[in-house]
Amino acid sequence: LWWAHSPPARLPRPPPAAAGSGPVGPCGRRAYAPPAERKRFYQNVSISQGEGGFEINLDHRKLKTPQAKLFTVPSEALAIAVATEWDSQKDTIKFYTMHLTTLCNTALDNPTQRNKAQLIRAAVKFLETDTVCYRVEEPPALAELQKNEWDPVVAWAEKRYNVTIGSSTSILGPNIPASTKETFVNHLASYNMWALQGIEFVITQLKSLILSMSLIDRHITVEKAVLLSRLEEEYQIRRWGNVEWAHDYDLCELRARTAAGTLFVHLCSESSTVKHKLLQD
Amino acid sequence: MAALGAPLRTLRALLRELRHAAGRSYRDSPAYRHVVAAFRAHRVTSEKLCRAQQELHFQAATYLCLLRSVREHEALHREYHGRGERSPQEVAGMVGFRLPQQPGGKG
Repeated sequence: LWWAHSPPARLPRPPPAAAGSGPVGPCGRRAYAPPAERKRFYQNVSISQGEGGFEINLDHRKLKTPQAKLFTVPSEALAIAVATEWDSQKDTIKFYTMHLTTLCNTALDNPTQRNKAQLIRAAVKFLETDTVCYRVEEPPALAELQKNEWDPVVAWAEKRYNVTIGSSTSILGPNIPASTKETFVNHLASYNMWALQGIEFVITQLKSLILSMSLIDRHITVEKAVLLSRLEEEYQIRRWGNVEWAHDYDLCELRARTAAGTLFVHLCSESSTVKHKLLQD
Repeated sequence: MAALGAPLRTLRALLRELRHAAGRSYRDSPAYRHVVAAFRAHRVTSEKLCRAQQELHFQAATYLCLLRSVREHEALHREYHGRGERSPQEVAGMVGFRLPQQPGGKG
């Protein structure tokens, strides 16, 4: 997303471009491209509670979204996590590592301008090309691996949501009955807009609605979900070897994004209340 | 329920990640205080199977995965993708040459 990299905090005069812009240098950069990195311009990060929710303060300035709206989140835990992201930046601000901030900006700005129904439709549409339903026939070792690893997750989803999904080796993919899609549409409708942005993000990362739901329902961990999503890659890595600067790089990035998305969904859809048990005499 | 292991292990790993992220004063950071307080609050319960405790543990494990992956991703980026090109002087130096000095500057 282009706007994810534009500087969130609006200052009267932006500081000069950060060092390390690569071989072209600051003069050769295009005028309209936002810098990928900026120097850290604040000392302290703190949280305050405003009217709409929790806000982030960088020194005395309030954090804003790329579309210059005030950055407000509904959950204190989420605000703390975002503040930690900003505080853990060292000399330069690396926006590509600040996944929770990016998700909050997406939820606040809604740059694709989709309403709840459109988001749900986009999410459920993924079921037709769901990774865990798309099977190969050869090599047989991979087909076997897919059966052993993916069948349990599909079975869990079918049981949990009382639907029929199945899997397919044809190029057209599985034939998902309309009632199944209906069930998922109704289930997703129970989440609020923020949580839905997070869910759609996780689905896009994992390329699977089923894996995303099993993650959000806490049936599997993030590491397991990412492993299942990358099953074929893991098989090929085990066969042909691992290339750290490509495989591990992608793996860490996918884990980071999926973890951020999952945490975002849970923090946006929970309401924690502490119930004190009465002492029993 | 996901296979998570012992909550204490997750907590210790999470606090270690926060220390990596924050640096010197990590104990005063709001994240540290929030995590410790949340774990303390959910520890005391008379129920054997506490749903809130499992939810918190899952959230902690997810946050741990996030912090760890971001740190590893950044390390890999720095190692393999962050260097940029070498300058002409460096390239010449790699094969043992030095660029000629032109007294009046180039051109």
